[in-house]
This record gives sequence, C-alpha cells and structure tokens, in this order.
Amino acid sequence: MSVTLRPVFEPTRGLRSDRVTHYCPGCTHGVAHRLVAEVLEELGVLERTVGVASVGCSVLAYNYFLVDMQEAAHGRAPAVATGIKRVLPDRVVFAYQGDGDLAAIGMAEIVHAAARGENITVIFINNANYGMTSGQMAPTTLVGQRTTTTPLGRDPAQAGYPIRVAELLDTLDGPAYIARGSLHDTAHVLQAKRYIRKAFQAQLEGRGFSLVELLSSCPTNWGLEPVEALDFIRERLVPHYPLGELRKPEGVR
Amino acid sequence: MGERELMKGNEAMAEAAIRAGCRYFFGYPITPQSELLEYMARHLAGRGGVFLQAESEVSAINMVYGAAGAGARVMTATSSPGFSLMQEGLSYMAGAELPAVVVNVVRGGPGLGGLQPAQSDYFQATKGGGHGDYRLIVLAPSSPQEAADLVYEAFDVADRYRNVVLILADSILAQAMEPVELPPARDPASLPAKPWATVGRGERAEPNLVNSLYLAAEDLWALNQRLQAKYRRIEAEETRWAEEWTEEADWLVVAYGSMARIALAAIRQLRREEGLRVGLFRPISLWPFPSRALARRAAGTRGVLTMEMSTGQMVEDVRLAVEGAVPVRFFGKTGGVVPEVEEAVEAIRRMVAETEPRHAHPVR
Ligand SMILES: Cc1ncc(C[n+]2csc(CCOP(=O)(O)OP(=O)(O)O)c2C)c(N)n1
Ligand code: SF4
Repeated sequence: MSVTLRPVFEPTRGLRSDRVTHYCPGCTHGVAHRLVAEVLEELGVLERTVGVASVGCSVLAYNYFLVDMQEAAHGRAPAVATGIKRVLPDRVVFAYQGDGDLAAIGMAEIVHAAARGENITVIFINNANYGMTSGQMAPTTLVGQRTTTTPLGRDPAQAGYPIRVAELLDTLDGPAYIARGSLHDTAHVLQAKRYIRKAFQAQLEGRGFSLVELLSSCPTNWGLEPVEALDFIRERLVPHYPLGELRKPEGVR
Repeated sequence: MGERELMKGNEAMAEAAIRAGCRYFFGYPITPQSELLEYMARHLAGRGGVFLQAESEVSAINMVYGAAGAGARVMTATSSPGFSLMQEGLSYMAGAELPAVVVNVVRGGPGLGGLQPAQSDYFQATKGGGHGDYRLIVLAPSSPQEAADLVYEAFDVADRYRNVVLILADSILAQAMEPVELPPARDPASLPAKPWATVGRGERAEPNLVNSLYLAAEDLWALNQRLQAKYRRIEAEETRWAEEWTEEADWLVVAYGSMARIALAAIRQLRREEGLRVGLFRPISLWPFPSRALARRAAGTRGVLTMEMSTGQMVEDVRLAVEGAVPVRFFGKTGGVVPEVEEAVEAIRRMVAETEPRHAHPVR
C-alpha cells in the first residue's frame, strides 16, 4: 500500500531557502519579506517581478528575494521603481522601504509617486525608529518615545509630531490601494498578507499606486525582548497608527 | 545624407537622442535647458516613448537609474543647480555601472547664480562630482551640429562601457539657431543587448541585481579596481579633441565649447592682421582629457593660453598635461559674462608678448 505524504509546510520559492537573514532575533522584517514573497509566488509573478531595496536594515533584501532587484539610494526607491515601471509596464514592480527612508529623506519621492498614481506597490515598514543606524528618532517615533537622539523621549515642542503616512497619502487622488497592517501576532500577520495581496492585485489590474504600511518590531533598538517588542506594537503603536484599509479600488472588497 | 534643419542646440540634442534610440526622458525644468525637456515632452509619447516631469532633479536622476537598470536608453537634462542635485544619483550610477546620457547646459554660479552661459561646472563634471572614486565620460560640443552628433554617439559610448556620458554644454550653443544635419534614426533591433538588466528573472536561475553596496572592504576594493581598469580603457579609446592651425604653431590657445569659437575668431584675426602663428587646441572629451595630444602639441610652442568662461578650472588639467614644458597662461570671465573676441585678441597678444624669446631669456 502506498502512502502519499502531503507536506504541511513548504518554504516560499520567492525567498532563497539557503540563506539565513541578517535580521536581529525577534525582528519582523523577515516576516514581512516572507509575506511579500508568498504573495508574489501565489500570484505566479516571481519571474516577472523587479524589486527595489532601500537604505535601512532591509538594504540587503536583494540577498533574500529570488527576483530581479535594484538597490536604491536612501529615500529614492519610489523614483527608481518609477523608472523601472515606465520602461517595463507589464512587470510587477515593488519598493520595500523603512520609515526613515520613506517618510524623512524620501518624503518627496513617495508623495509624488503616489500622486502620479504610479502603478507600483510599496511595502512600508514602520518600526518607529531608524533601525540600521542604531535607533535614532524617525518621523514615526511616538511622542515620549526614547531613541538615541531623543534620549529624554520625543518632545513635540522640540522635535514635532509623528507622521501617519497611510493617512497622509490617503489625501491624494492618485493611490488605488492604501492599508495599514501589523506584524505583532498571527491573526494580524495573516491580515497583513491579505493587504499585501490586494496591493499587488491592484497593480496587476493596472489600477495605480498601492502601499501597505506594516507596524514592525525593532527589539534591538527599542531595548526590549522579542515578545515585549510585539506587546509594544500592540499597546503603543496600534493605538496611534490605526489598522485597516484606508483606500480600496472600486469593486474590491 | 540626412536633412538639414534650422534648430536650437537644445532641440538638436533632444532629436538626436530620440534618433539614437532613447525613448525615456525624466527631467525637471530649469533655464537654459527647458527647450530640451519641452521637445521631449512634445515628441517622445508619439514615438513610442515616455516623458515624465519629475518632482526634482534628485528624483529625475533616480528615475534614470531605474530605467537604465531596466535596460533602456534613457536621458535627462538639466543646468548647474540641478546638476548639483544629481550628484548622489550619478555616484550610485557609477557604482552600479549604469549607462545613460546626461546633459548639463551650464549657467553661471555659485548658488542660484544666473541664467547666462558659463563653464564653471568643469571641476564638478570632470573630477567626479559626487562621492567616491569615479568618472563620467564628459563630452563638450561647440556647436548645435556637434552637440547633436555627440549626443547621438554618447548612447553607444555609454552602453559600451556601462558608464554615464555627460554632455557639458553652454547656453550659447544650446540656444543658438544653426542649420543641423540630423543623424539617421537607429533601428531599435540594432541596439546592444543588456543581459545584466533587471527585467524580471524569467528563465534565469539567478536574479539580476543593480547595486552599489559592497559591505566587505575587499569587495569594494575589487569594484574600484574594476572601475579603474575600465577608466584606463576609456582613456585609451575615447579621448577626443580638435585642432586648428596647430602645425608649426608658435603659440597655442586651449579652449572648449562656445569659448573655443570665440578663441578661433580671435586667432583668425591675429593670424590675418599680425601674422602671429597661433593655433587652437580644442578638447572635446573633457574627461578623458586629451593630455598626451596636448603635451605633444605644446612641446614645440613658446606658450599656451587657456581660455574659459570660468575663473580657471580646465587650466589645471592643461598645466598637468604640459608639465611645465612651456608657460601656461589663463584668461577667463564668468558669471554669465562672455568674453568678447576683442578681449580674447588682447589676451593672446599679452601671452605672446610675455613669452617672446626676449622675455623668456632676458638680456644679461
Ligand atoms: C544620504 C544618506 N544619509 C544617511 C544614511 C545613513 N542611514 C542608513 S540607514 C538609515 C536609516 C534607516 O532607517 P529606516 O528607513 O527607518 O529603516 P530601518 O533600518 O529602521 O529598517 C540612515 C539614516 C545614508 N545611508 N544615506
Ligand atoms: S536593528 Fe531593528 S529593524 Fe534592524 S534588524 Fe535589528 S531589530 Fe530589525
């Protein structure tokens, strides 16, 4: 009698299975990578995708994704992705950016790519600080949050207020899809994956700009244990950065 | 033979680019290059291309980066303040070895400067400009015709070496109307293949990567060695210059771009009216600089005069080339003030007087 064994888990073909990432223990950058790779695989577009890595902890994303990639200068990923997409309109083009990259030095590039309705997908990792340069204030750092450049906590009188990127871009006419998800527990990870899938679907249907903001952990620079870092997302980040779909193309549920 | 048309240099460069197979243009308005941008806006879409007005020169050059990395012939054009903003992107393009053509129609600086012609971006253009050890291939036309010819060829040169080619122009030639014979349109099928481009992995087992990050020092050193080897090859194969009356010249004037035309008018007058044997050496590739050819020419002369619409930038390369073999003098004006032919004549006369044998060997 022959027995057919059905695998219960298979790693995605969108990531190299032979490499261990450089991310810290408990960092959810890796989870975000996997979600993007799984979605691209499930949509059957890995072979015709071009990704753009940005400057931040995910700068080496091109070492993990099994798709053609370009590495962009700090903040410029949406401009680079625009150049690629205009030349290759039938390819799937995505940019993967952190909050310093996208919302500080690259604010002009992201706003204008969104305003143009550029038919690209942006995965935006909001971890409320600059991870790679060891935990300085980001445009998303909460009021009162301690970072190496706000050692007493972010004081709005001196350092202003955090930016809600998804809401800000939602004021524009260009975007087709904008959502904010979180990576702090399984249910939310699955929800985030649904958002990512809809974002890429919007691109495949030629509807225009799509962005998924993901609340992500940085235990190393938050000075927290991995599990505490997930609690920090739930207790502190989610209340300030409400989850959900802000913009959906007509007819999409 | 192609047709001859009365065109501004800016328009001639734009049309030549399209005929060279450039179908993508990303740019930001700035005087005095806007006619080039506007020509692309009018013509590219109808010829199967894309024109996109970027939100800044920073974005424009990064769009160029993306498009070049995707394998396209792509171009941007700007003027001095915008060229400064492009330095980051150009450095990344050097590191990632991406081919593209960039036009800088130079205007007077520093700062917001002025709108009038100048040659004060020579250092920035030829010495790297952004961070890191890299070079752009820099070509300097002196007429709308030459601008069209150089832009047309620049795309092939850029692809051959996977290097940015910069056309360093000035607004005299960019805005002057002259008859231009345009080159024939390239058949897109004849353009070189780019197997390294990121176009989607397709059947390839290994993804392609466009990148300038090398975290291991040895790897970055290896990249730099590869770049330097490429630059030496470019020096050997792409050095260009033109000469006028340099055979048996007693004095040499070195000038490029529109300044060379003014210098030539001055030289012509001095040869005719005073019988002075002055020749013109005109670098066309500012990098690689035609050092060896210039040294050879300068060797038999009594002196060299460099003329620029700057306070003296190329003159440093002239001095390095001549290596003290003969005196090197400088004459220049900048800020948008263009030297008159009469002033150029005076400057040459001054150099001649200072380098006559009786001056060089004072009576003892
Ligand atoms: C022009 C420039 N300025 C500064 C830096 C240094 N730098 C590298 S990563 C980074 C911050 C990245 O933070 P973020 O985008 O939030 O990503 P994370 O590391 O948190 O994932 C900075 C400032 C740089 N590489 N280039
Ligand atoms: S520093 Fe923070 S964002 Fe970067 S890998 Fe470590 S945990 Fe992740």
